[in-house]
Amino acid sequence: MTAFVLRRLLLLPFVALGVTLLIFGLLQMLSPQMRAALYVTDPRQLRAIDDIIRTHGLDEPFHKQYVGWLGRVVRGDLGWSETAKMPVAKAIRTFFPATLELTLFAVMPIIIIGIWLGTVSAVNRDRVIDHLSRFFSISGTSMPTFVWGLLLLMAFYGAWQLFPPGRLSLEPSMYVLSPKFRSYTGLVTVDSLLNGQIWIFVDALRHLALPVTTLSLVSCATLVRVTRSSMLETLRQDYVRTARAKGLESTVVVNKHARKNAMIPVVTLSALLFVGLLNGVAITETVYGYPGIGLWGVTAAIQLDAAAVAGFALFNALLLVLGNLTADVLYAVIDPRIRLR
Amino acid sequence: MTTDTAPRGAALERPSQPRTLGSSQLAWRRLRRNPLSMLGLAIIVAFVLTALLAPVIAPPKEGARDPYMMPHEGYSPDPQPPRPGHPLGTTEQAFDIFYGLVWGARTAFRVGLVVVATAVTIGIVLGGISGYYGGRLDETLMRIVDVFLAFPGLILAVVVVAILGPGLERVMIALALVSWPGYARLLRGEVLSIRERDFVEAAKALGASDPKIIARHVLPNSIYPVLVVSTLDMGSIVVYAAALSFLGLGAPVGYSDWGQIVSLSRSWILGSAGNALQYWYTVVFPGAALFLFTLGWNLLGDAFRDILDPRLRGST
Repeated sequence: MTAFVLRRLLLLPFVALGVTLLIFGLLQMLSPQMRAALYVTDPRQLRAIDDIIRTHGLDEPFHKQYVGWLGRVVRGDLGWSETAKMPVAKAIRTFFPATLELTLFAVMPIIIIGIWLGTVSAVNRDRVIDHLSRFFSISGTSMPTFVWGLLLLMAFYGAWQLFPPGRLSLEPSMYVLSPKFRSYTGLVTVDSLLNGQIWIFVDALRHLALPVTTLSLVSCATLVRVTRSSMLETLRQDYVRTARAKGLESTVVVNKHARKNAMIPVVTLSALLFVGLLNGVAITETVYGYPGIGLWGVTAAIQLDAAAVAGFALFNALLLVLGNLTADVLYAVIDPRIRLR
Repeated sequence: MTTDTAPRGAALERPSQPRTLGSSQLAWRRLRRNPLSMLGLAIIVAFVLTALLAPVIAPPKEGARDPYMMPHEGYSPDPQPPRPGHPLGTTEQAFDIFYGLVWGARTAFRVGLVVVATAVTIGIVLGGISGYYGGRLDETLMRIVDVFLAFPGLILAVVVVAILGPGLERVMIALALVSWPGYARLLRGEVLSIRERDFVEAAKALGASDPKIIARHVLPNSIYPVLVVSTLDMGSIVVYAAALSFLGLGAPVGYSDWGQIVSLSRSWILGSAGNALQYWYTVVFPGAALFLFTLGWNLLGDAFRDILDPRLRGST
C-alpha cells in the first residue's frame, strides 16, 4: 500500500505544476494592466501600474514571467484581491472556514440519505419503491442548484420567514465580531458553543438550513446511484445466497453481509461527490449570499479580479487533488485486494 | 492481394455486427419496460419538437432582428403575472417568459449539442490515440488530462469565462474545455482493454493499418460508456451553462436562455408585504423548463447505463 500511496504522491508535483501553468496561461489573455494586481499586496501600489509592469516584466516572454510568478505563489504570495479588499491569501483564510462549515454540515445528510436510499432501491429492484427512490434522486440532481436555492428562499424566507440567507443575523454577527467572542476554529457553530452562546449557535443553524438542504438535494443522487448498482452486484454473490440459505433474516443479510462489501466503490466515488460539492458550493453560496470562498470567487470572476480568480482556482484545485488522494488511500485501506496489488 | 484480404476483413468484423444489433434490440426492450426511461424519452422528444417548431409556437414579432431576443413591450421594471397574450407572465423589463422558454429550448439544444460534440470528438481522438499507442505519448496526454481534472468543472468554467469575457459562445468554449478530459480518460481505459483482444491481434496480422484498426475494430467496441456519459452530459452541460448565465457570465440580458431568465427573477424572490409569493412565475416556469430538460436526459442516460453496464447485463 505504501508503494501505491507513494506513486500517487510522486505524481502530485507534476499535477501541481500543470495546474499553475494552465492558470498562468489563461491569465496571459488579460492585459498586463489587469494582471498587475497579482504582484502587489497593498492597493496603494496599484496607482503606479506602469512601475509594476516594468519591475515584474509583465510584457516579457511567457517563461520568464511564469518563473517569477511561480516563485511568488510558492511563497504564498497570491497578490491583491480588489473584491475582498485584502490580499488573496488572507481572503482564502477568511472565507474558507465558512465554506468548510457548510460542507461539513451538508456531508452528513448526503451520506445517510444516499446510502439508505441506494440500499432500499437495490433490495427492491424494479418495484415501485425503486422507481420512486430513483425518481427522487434523479429529480434532485436535475433541478439546477440555483433554482432549488431561489425556490427554497421564496418559500422558507419570503413566505414563512423561517430560514434567512447569509451566515448570521445582524445581532449575532455583531457579537461574533466583538472582543467578547473568542474565535477558536472559524466555524461559527463550534465557536459559539465553545463560547457558551447557544443563541448564536441556533442562529447559525437557521442560516445553514437552506444551503445544506440545497447541497444535499443536488448531491445525493450520485451516491444513491452508486450504492444501488454496487448493492445489486453484491446481492448476487454466492456468499449472500449462502447467508440467505442458512436462514438469516433478510435485514441482517442486507445490512451485515451485502452492504459492507458494496461500500467499496461508494468510498472511491466519494471523491466524485466532493467535486460535486465544490461546484455546488460556489452557486449555493452565491444564491444565499453566504460569505464563503465560493461567493468570493464568483464575485471576483464577475468583476474580473484577476488575482482573486487565480487564487480561487488554485485553491479549488488543491482541495480537489487532496480529496482525490484521500479517496485513493481510503480505498486501499478498505479493500485488501487493492492493498496487495 | 487486396481483393483477397477484403472479404476476410469483412468476415472479421462480422462477430461485432450481430452483437451491436442484438444489444440495441435488447436495449429497446429494456427501455420500454422501465416507465421512467420512457418518461425520459417522451420529455426529450417533446423538447425536440418545441425547439423545431419554435417559430410556429411563439412566432417572433415582425421586423425582429434576432428571433432569439425575447420581445418586450416597454421597460416595466416589475414582473407581471400571466395574462392573455403573456400566458406565463413577464419578467422585469417586460420580457415575455413563454417566448423565452420556447426559444430557450433551441438555445439549450445548441449549447448541449455543440459542447458535447466538441468534447466527445476531442476526447475520442486523444483518448483513442493515448490508449492505442500507450507509452510516453499516453503518459504525457494523461498527465494533461490530470491537470484539467484537478479543477472542479464549474469552477474552471467560471474562471475561463471570466478571462474570455461573458457571452454564450465563450460559455460553450469554456464548457468544452472543461468536459473533454473526462471523455479522453474514459475512452482510453476502454481502448486499453480492447486493444489486447484477439480480433485486434487478428486485424493486425492481416496487415490492417493502425487508423483502420482504431476506426473499425477498437472504437466501435469501446464507445458505449462514452455514449452513456454524453447522454447524461447533455443535461448537466445545459445546467452548467444556465448557472453561468445565472451568474451573469453567459447569455446577455433578454436572450432566450433559461438560466438568463431565472437570473431576471433574482430581485423578486421576496414578493411584497402580504403577498410573499407574488412573483412565483418568474422562477417556477424557467426553473421547470431547466428541470424537465435535465430530468429527461438523466432518465435516459440512467436507462442506457443500466442497459450497457456489463456487470448487470442479462440479470433481468
